[in-house]
Amino acid sequence: MALLEVDDLSVTFARRGQRTVRAVDGVSFSVDAGEVVGLVGESGCGKSVTSMAIMGLLPRHPGTRIGGKAAFDGTDLLGLDDRARRDIRGRDVAMIFQDPLSSLNPVIPIGLQVTEVLARHRGMKGDAARKEAAGLLDRVGIPDPTRRLKEYPHQLSGGMRQRALIAMAVACRPRLLIADEPTTALDVTIQAQILELLKELVHDSGTALVMITHDLGVVAGMCDSINVLYAGRVVETARRRPLFREPRHPYTSGLLGSVPRLDSGRGEPLNPIPGSVRDVLSWSEGCAFAPRCSRRVDACLDETPPVVRTHDGRSYRCVDPVPLPGAVPAQAGPADQPEASSPEPNEEKTRD
Amino acid sequence: MTDNDILVEVRDLKVHFPIKRGVLFDRTIGHVKAVDGVDLRIPRGQTYGLVGESGCGKSTLGRALLQLTPPTGGEVVFDDVELTTLPPARLRAMRRRMQMIFQDPMSSLDPRQNVESILTEGLQTHGIGGNRDERRAIIGEALDKVGLPRWALSRYPHEFSGGQRQRIGIARAVVLGPELIVADEPVSALDVSIQAQVVNLLDELQESLGLTYLVIAHDLAVVRHISDIVGVMYLGALVEEAPSDRLYTEPLHPYTRALMSAVPVPDPDVEDRRERILLAGDLPSPANPPAGCRFHTRCPWAQPTRCADERPVLREIGGSRVACHWAERIASGELRPNQEGAGAIRGSAGGEAPEPVSIPTSTAKADSADG
Repeated sequence: MALLEVDDLSVTFARRGQRTVRAVDGVSFSVDAGEVVGLVGESGCGKSVTSMAIMGLLPRHPGTRIGGKAAFDGTDLLGLDDRARRDIRGRDVAMIFQDPLSSLNPVIPIGLQVTEVLARHRGMKGDAARKEAAGLLDRVGIPDPTRRLKEYPHQLSGGMRQRALIAMAVACRPRLLIADEPTTALDVTIQAQILELLKELVHDSGTALVMITHDLGVVAGMCDSINVLYAGRVVETARRRPLFREPRHPYTSGLLGSVPRLDSGRGEPLNPIPGSVRDVLSWSEGCAFAPRCSRRVDACLDETPPVVRTHDGRSYRCVDPVPLPGAVPAQAGPADQPEASSPEPNEEKTRD
Repeated sequence: MTDNDILVEVRDLKVHFPIKRGVLFDRTIGHVKAVDGVDLRIPRGQTYGLVGESGCGKSTLGRALLQLTPPTGGEVVFDDVELTTLPPARLRAMRRRMQMIFQDPMSSLDPRQNVESILTEGLQTHGIGGNRDERRAIIGEALDKVGLPRWALSRYPHEFSGGQRQRIGIARAVVLGPELIVADEPVSALDVSIQAQVVNLLDELQESLGLTYLVIAHDLAVVRHISDIVGVMYLGALVEEAPSDRLYTEPLHPYTRALMSAVPVPDPDVEDRRERILLAGDLPSPANPPAGCRFHTRCPWAQPTRCADERPVLREIGGSRVACHWAERIASGELRPNQEGAGAIRGSAGGEAPEPVSIPTSTAKADSADG
């Protein structure tokens, strides 16, 4: 069994006088120990809400409904009471946020914020905790850690702050780490350092990592398997190489076609996806991506497209997927698409 | 388009911001040298891309070029007119010919003005269009150019999506019929699928209106896509300038190399093969930049001589301009990156130059030892 199994997770926000928003709408994925799983999508696709729901960080409001299951090592995280959840959070499951400045307390020195985790979960106090904290900062590559412990967040650079946040997250050697856009606020050279650090942590300690990002480049270098989200649902799941080489869902393929690449030349026009994320259909009426889709057929507007699972572990939610050969920026070698080239007889249609 | 047709020339431009201390009497205790001696030329009808990390002075350079931030020194020549010494009234008239597109369309559009009012403001300021109908016609054309419907005129910015808002921002710049547009991070606030729409729009407008762009961005892939010439800035100065294709295929400055190697490419095969040059530590403070070459504190190729005490000037090497004492010898592979200097190089060899490979675990250690 996988370490984290998210099954049919849904989050709805209802407010009086306003339309009920289904931010997450039946998301399922699983993460094994030592595995890096990506949740990719644009703003509003529900990737962050998914992580907040798993961590139990969504604001308590009568209008907020969370459904489904998120089983961590057998325990359903969604059903835990506050005390049990606090025991797990920070010790077994930790999170790294996008903006390190707003997720660190500005009036408390870094050292105290790191030792707080140690005190809460590992019962460490005083000098022992301080020594451990210095060791953690050193491990994430912060020079002169003992001095840095006394400093406040504003005295650290963006990269340092993100490192401090990572140090806090890994303080108790969590088995699952959720990183929500960990490098989006950082410059590319710093981003490279942080990604390297995360890879190292996964490699050294077998931590499972859920990487939430909009940057396909980051995903390509980091993740073992990838879930592409659109309007609250996973529209495609695949291992890293097949996803980039032969995206099946038109949204995935559209995303890949619309990013300018460092290794492509000047002037070739990009192929943007028309419209914007605002032009969505509700999933109950059909495919949410249909209004922007270049491969739209009538069937897209009839009903929710079912999830198609191919036997090689991929799945996509589309009635008219991108055909396997061609139409992809990277040429697929013939050896790389074995039985999947004739997927129909093997595909098993499931409806959820 | 000949090379001689230069629309904008910037000579030794400097922008220094004073650092003040004290409650009653402000004392200047130092200067942040945001832009410190930049020379560049933008040919008419072309796109000059300016890249660099946050704090390198690229936005300040763009603003100083338009005289939105008064330069501390140097000259900006726009179509043979020196802007820095121009009387305010004449500068204002020149402003019609050079417009700006901002990063965040939400904060650069007044939420209480409808689109018509946003677009008319510039026309009124510059006395274009005699009456309301004429102005309406001009605005209508601008909307067509950026691909917005006419009904947008009576709407307010919050009623549009991010991509559409950026189109309004572009329409506001285009409506005055400018020659130069400075675009400061025009797509970085937009979603991935929308970025491409705006990039294509900028390209189309350049073609149909013969615009000259200065595009400031941190996203190297976007800059490569739309630029003819690219300048790389580090701590207030250009470290390399080259035609776009050349810069990306043959980066000469160590900083450019590190930048290129750090950009993630959405292709697992490229990602797995690439050699990543990890720079140690962070950007030094622009208030107190390192002596000599400003990059030498983080440079994997830093040499014991010259780098620390002699500031390199841009010099021409085969079509590029590079500010590095050792660019030729680094390019030929004669000089190797020093291991303890900064960061490690990960990944298998297979690039043009044989480079030492170290295990990933040493990265953090190398960082801490250096910073």
